[in-house]
Amino acid sequence: MKRMKLVMAGNGMAGVRTLEEVLKLAPDLYDITVFGAEPYANYNRILLSPVLAGEQTIQDIMLNDEDWYREHGITLHLGKKITQIDRVARKVIAEDGTSAEYDRLILATGSQPFILPVPGKELQGVISFRDIHDVDAMIAAAQQHKHAVVIGGGLLGLEAANGLKQRGMEVSVVHLSEYLMDRQLDPTASHLLRQSLEARGLKFLLGKQTSELLGRDGRVTAVRFKDGEETPADLVVMAVGIRPNTELAEAAGIHVNRGIVVNDTMQTFDPRIYAVGECVSHRGIAYGLVAPLFEMAKVCANHLAQMGIGRYQGSVVSTKLKVTGIDLFSAGNFMGGAGTEEIVLSDPMGGVYKKLVLQDNKIVGGVLYGDTVDGAWYFQLLREGRNIADIRDHLMFGQSHLGDTGHLGQNKAAAMSDEMEVCGCNGICKGVIVKAIKEKGLFTVDDVRKHTKASSSCGSCTGLVEQILAFTLGGDYSAQPKTKSLCGCTDHTHEEVRQAIREHKLLSIPDVMKFLEWRTPNGCATCRPALNYYLLSTWPHEAQDDPQSRFINERAHANIQKDGTYSVVPRMWGGMTTPSELKRIAIVAEKYHIPAVKVTGGQRIDLLGVKKEDLPNVWAELDMPSGHAYGKAMRTVKTCVGSEWCRFGTQDSTQMGIDLEKAFYKMWAPHKVKLAVSGCPRNCAEAAIKDVGVIGVDSGWELYVAGNGGIKTEVAQFMAKVKTAEEVLEYSGAFLQIYREEAWYLERTVHWVARVGMDYVKQRVDDAEGRKTAYERLQFALQAEKDPWLERAKEGVAKHEFEVLTV
Amino acid sequence: MQDWIKVVKLEDIPRAGARVVRTPGGDIAVFRTDEDEVFALNDRCPHKGGPLSQGIVAGRKVTCPLHGWNIQLDSGAAVAPDEGCAANHAVKVEAGVVYLAASAFVPVPQPAKIACAGH
Repeated sequence: MKRMKLVMAGNGMAGVRTLEEVLKLAPDLYDITVFGAEPYANYNRILLSPVLAGEQTIQDIMLNDEDWYREHGITLHLGKKITQIDRVARKVIAEDGTSAEYDRLILATGSQPFILPVPGKELQGVISFRDIHDVDAMIAAAQQHKHAVVIGGGLLGLEAANGLKQRGMEVSVVHLSEYLMDRQLDPTASHLLRQSLEARGLKFLLGKQTSELLGRDGRVTAVRFKDGEETPADLVVMAVGIRPNTELAEAAGIHVNRGIVVNDTMQTFDPRIYAVGECVSHRGIAYGLVAPLFEMAKVCANHLAQMGIGRYQGSVVSTKLKVTGIDLFSAGNFMGGAGTEEIVLSDPMGGVYKKLVLQDNKIVGGVLYGDTVDGAWYFQLLREGRNIADIRDHLMFGQSHLGDTGHLGQNKAAAMSDEMEVCGCNGICKGVIVKAIKEKGLFTVDDVRKHTKASSSCGSCTGLVEQILAFTLGGDYSAQPKTKSLCGCTDHTHEEVRQAIREHKLLSIPDVMKFLEWRTPNGCATCRPALNYYLLSTWPHEAQDDPQSRFINERAHANIQKDGTYSVVPRMWGGMTTPSELKRIAIVAEKYHIPAVKVTGGQRIDLLGVKKEDLPNVWAELDMPSGHAYGKAMRTVKTCVGSEWCRFGTQDSTQMGIDLEKAFYKMWAPHKVKLAVSGCPRNCAEAAIKDVGVIGVDSGWELYVAGNGGIKTEVAQFMAKVKTAEEVLEYSGAFLQIYREEAWYLERTVHWVARVGMDYVKQRVDDAEGRKTAYERLQFALQAEKDPWLERAKEGVAKHEFEVLTV
Repeated sequence: MQDWIKVVKLEDIPRAGARVVRTPGGDIAVFRTDEDEVFALNDRCPHKGGPLSQGIVAGRKVTCPLHGWNIQLDSGAAVAPDEGCAANHAVKVEAGVVYLAASAFVPVPQPAKIACAGH
């Protein structure tokens, strides 16, 4: 097939990211040509501030060098600016006459600094802060001159001022408003910022409007203001905002309105022409931060690769100042206003100020100054639109109590030294992550995961990794989009997939993939198990189970160990066993030379080191039901001895546990499910850290849900108080069925309840009719389900799974 | 001249699955893809020796059950950014029967790390 021609005008971060995504999705679809006005390949513009401050060099911030273009067969024209698009002949023409034909054109022309239209703006020594050129000019000026004036007290202006100060100049910052960074900070935070910058030796001229730049012999000497005052200046940096570069598009007759107007697929009004980056106006907004630009790149690439499913729906952005030692974070509607409320924590002496703006129990914006550790977490809550009613009372104190297992309780990445371990599962230190981010040009947590393995196992250090990313890239990193696709094979979210399966009655994995236009022919190890579960839980007895889409443990009905052997955990109802069961276990363990026998935390016995080919015989001779210790399924019901034996017991917790275990036996779920029943509030069965915990009291049973004793220890929340054992079964069953039907695959009850809110769960379970029918649906799903060990040991099911071939 | 040894009927390997062939040189995983292509690799992940035969097969890749490395079935190469290789063996299907190259049954001392062809 003849390749199509893809031409890109512009060679910046958004554009090149689009090409990277296109090459990933459809490497052979296009012959690609790139025109860049600057004489450099693609570098990381976000990191110009550290270069100016002398903390990094230009070489450190290159993202794609010229070799990259060569390796991917991209024709690169550096230092050539496209000046004309001939939309009829479908070709672009550069300043020097170079031309290229296109089938698809990407406009990634970026933006340019806005230059105040004041007399003297063309004087020597008057520059902006936009590209490597400007940085070179500033570094040169700092070596010869003394007085620098930065016009503009926004993000970029302050970073420029800080850099020039570090280079030894006397710096004054001129700002039209009374408050620095008034687009990102409220007056209180702005005041704190000003104080700490003044302490570093910066001067501020606030509420001043520049009227003229004065000069001698063609070089700037001073800045004059409207009120008549003057201040000396050998260098003037204008940082008053950016203007999208739209001349090229405008000249070609493409619709422009303060940016090149695009739709949600990043298409301009000419369907062959796409636009991404700072030159774009999407739903009336032009973005200047990198995270939204990368989201655009992803969507644009999806359409260029002819997948046709991505949509860009706008971004909520967060800001962080890249001035070493100043911690500041802002996002969303940080000023508040009608209909909003604020939670404020203010400690002016300690230099800490935090404000969260809430609307309808959701975070809509916030400002953090001095302590920004929880910025990423708040921002995530904001993007997810999470209802915070249940965590409101400790919201301000941050996420610090969460997810510290395995990293010494450390939750502040900035305070960690390079040798400190971040990812306890894979042994990855902070230094390794920082190095990978800088050298490999990583922008997202996913990138870091792939390259370093940090946070790729249990995930408890994800927050720390996000912080390191934010810290290394200055907070302007690509946060995960607010809706996350199920995996790389699709852009659909878990929710959308569940909905499609339910509403269109899809019954097999190929049906789902076809209906939702999966990108891969038969998925991957991430999406297939999820789809298999969604099908089975939505259409029990109708959808066909696909063992090949299950993780090996669920296919072999045993738990794979590091040496490739398996572990076998027979079920002991409610933790009760008999002498005859124990005898059989002993005989089997000896006969099959099982090297280890262990008592588990779930009150049963684990036989470790069983060869796979021995499994069916081991099961047959044990003659006990499967304990499902290997599955995303109901595992155990831990019990205490209760009123039968215990002098404090108020209820027969053992029998209750046995009844629950029998009722939910063979239940598949989004993740593992553990239950416990205690016979009194002393809670010897540790019911407070289980998915469903039942505690007997004299007057009945208290039901707690969504506890967790693992990665993130979480105490279960009270759901209901009931009188009878039948009610315990119905309430627990209804809770678990709603979890089975609505949670995302691999979401524990604790995460699901955190996402939907305990109020929602209570409301569903308190509804008598809904509760009853949910429990009935669970019973229907479980009926006629056979014991998997029995089937394999005695009925010859899935024989091939356990037979080794010999020749 | 390549000698072939008959190992199993194609239909006895599940689609998007594998069977294990025990040889004097160690276990070999024989994979059948969703589209009935057949590949053979040493049943040891280049990462920590996990049994690849037990992994989920998707397209021409298998995901190791132990730590989730993805291995290319045709070459045995780990998918980037991971690096390493599981040795691959010639395999063919004739009249619904899978044959493995006789050379696969000859034990060879395993180098610590194998470089993949084309790497």
